[in-house]
Amino acid sequence: MLKFVLARIGQAVLVLWAAFTLSFVLLQAMPGDAVLIKFLNPEYGLSPEQIAEIRADYAVDGSLFAQYAASLGNLLTGDFGYSVQAGVPVSAQLAVNLPATLTLASLGFATAVILAALLAFLSSFSAGSRLRDLIQSIPALFISIPVFWLGIMLIQIFSFRLKLVPVIHPGPWESLILPVLTLAVPISAPLAQILIRNLDEIETRSFVSVARAKGASRGRVLFRHVARNAVLPVLTIAGVLFGELLAGAVVTETVFGLSGIGSLTERAVSHQDLAVLQAVVIVSAAIFVAINLIVDLAYPFLDPRLKPRAGA
Amino acid sequence: MTTPILDIRNLRVSYDANVPHCAVNGVSLQVFPGEVVALVGESGSGKTSIAQAVIGVLQGNGRVDGGAILLNGTDITRWSQKRLDAVRGAVVSLIPQDPTGSLNPVMTIGAQVREILTVHGKARGKAADRRVIELLTKVGLSQPEVRARQYPHELSGGMKQRVLIAIAIALEPALIIADEPTSALDVTVQKRILDLIDELRWEFGTAVLFVTHDLGVAADRSSRLIVLKGGEIQEEGATADILVAPQSAYTQRLLADAPSLSAPARIVRRSRAGETPLVAVENLIKDFALPDGGVQRAVDGVSFGIDPGTTHAIVGESGSGKTTTIRAVAGFERPTSGRILIDGLDARTLKGETLRQFRRKVQLVYQNPLASLDPRQSVFSIIEEPLLNFAPVARDERARRVAAILDRVGLTQATLARRPHALSGGQRQRIAIARALILEPKLVILDEAVSALDVTVQAQILSLLAELQADLGLTYLFVSHDLAVVRQIADSVSVMHEGRQVDHGSVEAVFERPTSAYTRDLIEAIPGRRRQSQGARPNPSETAEGYPA
Repeated sequence: MLKFVLARIGQAVLVLWAAFTLSFVLLQAMPGDAVLIKFLNPEYGLSPEQIAEIRADYAVDGSLFAQYAASLGNLLTGDFGYSVQAGVPVSAQLAVNLPATLTLASLGFATAVILAALLAFLSSFSAGSRLRDLIQSIPALFISIPVFWLGIMLIQIFSFRLKLVPVIHPGPWESLILPVLTLAVPISAPLAQILIRNLDEIETRSFVSVARAKGASRGRVLFRHVARNAVLPVLTIAGVLFGELLAGAVVTETVFGLSGIGSLTERAVSHQDLAVLQAVVIVSAAIFVAINLIVDLAYPFLDPRLKPRAGA
Repeated sequence: MTTPILDIRNLRVSYDANVPHCAVNGVSLQVFPGEVVALVGESGSGKTSIAQAVIGVLQGNGRVDGGAILLNGTDITRWSQKRLDAVRGAVVSLIPQDPTGSLNPVMTIGAQVREILTVHGKARGKAADRRVIELLTKVGLSQPEVRARQYPHELSGGMKQRVLIAIAIALEPALIIADEPTSALDVTVQKRILDLIDELRWEFGTAVLFVTHDLGVAADRSSRLIVLKGGEIQEEGATADILVAPQSAYTQRLLADAPSLSAPARIVRRSRAGETPLVAVENLIKDFALPDGGVQRAVDGVSFGIDPGTTHAIVGESGSGKTTTIRAVAGFERPTSGRILIDGLDARTLKGETLRQFRRKVQLVYQNPLASLDPRQSVFSIIEEPLLNFAPVARDERARRVAAILDRVGLTQATLARRPHALSGGQRQRIAIARALILEPKLVILDEAVSALDVTVQAQILSLLAELQADLGLTYLFVSHDLAVVRQIADSVSVMHEGRQVDHGSVEAVFERPTSAYTRDLIEAIPGRRRQSQGARPNPSETAEGYPA
């Protein structure tokens, strides 16, 4: 068991390193850099010598490999460097923006899971009726709605028409309701689809017939026997979808004017603020890898068949 | 007259599909207290639908169209699922077909046995735990406390079936529906499970509706027999009477087609003196490395020879090493040591192009014809494909050969354009045979090739194989768990048990004078024999005694 855990952690570290290297190479391949974009502006009236000096300060003039080694070294000590645009350490920017995005993403994810489970169990209970066809077509609808459009529509309907959720000076929780919904809807769709399919598939297994033949009620069979087996494969997908959630947060935060990693990323991209982008990539990759690591390590506890056999 | 436990009157069951399919068409039958009634039929006869309808667990699109099901004199046909829950498990219970799929993989054995007690409010807490252990002990599981904490994948098929029997008898129901309870098990395990059901039935006076495709099992275990075909009853009566003097033509054919040990053995083709065997296997050993660094010896010193134009059978239960042996002979598995000579070529040293050419001479036919045929290929391209892999053959020559081989295996040319799913099990196996024969091999390995087929189809395929052997001079290596079939088709036989060859010789010698205790048990376990030799009821212990080699 320990060997398995160590191997999985080793893999996770490897993935993080690969993400760092790949993003470094890609970001360096872009023409120009943040220093040039900011200080070549004629308003500053800087001479080429002065610019070269600033470039040396930000350590963007060394060889590619030297820069790579320097930023990898800094990263290992927890130093993400300076944001050229804002002139503050990137870690300070992350400290401000990360909690907001994590709250949004976790709430969005939780809502998506509830939504998906609701759809799947409704579909399972309505087996054999027309309602079922309707329920089963909802995920396809959810997945085809663009996030930005959904956000705008939700604001239109709930804030302006129904005046249920204020947009001007909302409370800390009120301001989250619509963004969380916007984020949850597209994520819930694939979860619901897979859960519905698994429930239907498990329903035909003979151990379900045996449970019914024991005299167990419909609800008991569904929750104790069918659901426990059906959620297992969903777990993997859920881990992967969390990555999509971070991407979705960029659009959602922009639409709702929230500050967070999403809006930070958007600003950094338009100003080619490489240190910030690099940090965002690393932090997202770390969260993604951590979640999938947890999923992998949780499997043997949820499915006894995956537990390494002791001594056998 | 006593009230029957189960009284089915004119039952009709159908399945919704594009074309509604009627599975059971007006069946009436009765089961009286303490009686064993066997419901016998081939696949598609509606026997399982009847069983499922009684316990109210018809598959998704199935429904009862008409008739009545009376349990202890009460009509339960129109009962809601909720009302049926009180009856299911308590009055009527189920022993299912496939023990591996019938236990929830993520729940412990104990929890699954316990469930039937708590659902019906018969026991809770410590008392329920004690009852679980009692039940597991009752069905002959060793170390019941350990078993209760284990998960299904940690138990063998026979042990899982014992757990399911424990669940079925937990509340001492009046009726148990046993739906092919042993068809997924090895023959010696099957015997022990059937003995166990018999024993518990004696103890509790439970009636059993025994659904099976195996006439031998039905003959041994039932007092009354009902023969089904196409959802209708063909014949009904005391088991002994039907076996001796079947009235309907269908039952007569079923009895005639069932392979039987009492049938005269085939005339053994003696090899001409001095003829070299086509296949010579000498002291074959195959080890597999285990993840913990140990070694598992799957095949331990197997030797046999097969003369050209004869059939050698390898008999054994699951885990006996028979599959590893044939994979080595077919050149898929490299043996750890030993020699395999096929038509003068050493299968061990072949690689690359010579191995590819070697495959021409050795072809395989598998157990499950649907799984071994590509569902997207037409029958023509399935049979043609092997020809494309070797020296180029012109297109019209290929078409001619495919047509000729199709003729040989007894299929019409109209079959060529169809796809595997549109064919019956027997037709599919004929196609698998055609595909094997198109390269004109010398050796055909038949891996349980008739085991999944209904008896009448099985009889047809066996006679086709015999005919092809006589006409084309084929040599067969025939792997089976069914001794009766082996007796019918093979010239010589090897019996394997736990990797070792415990018996070897001509079919008559091994069947009449088995040298090992294991072979004797195997022959003893074949259903259909009990009628002749009714002796003491055997001890239903779960573990097999160690058999000396």
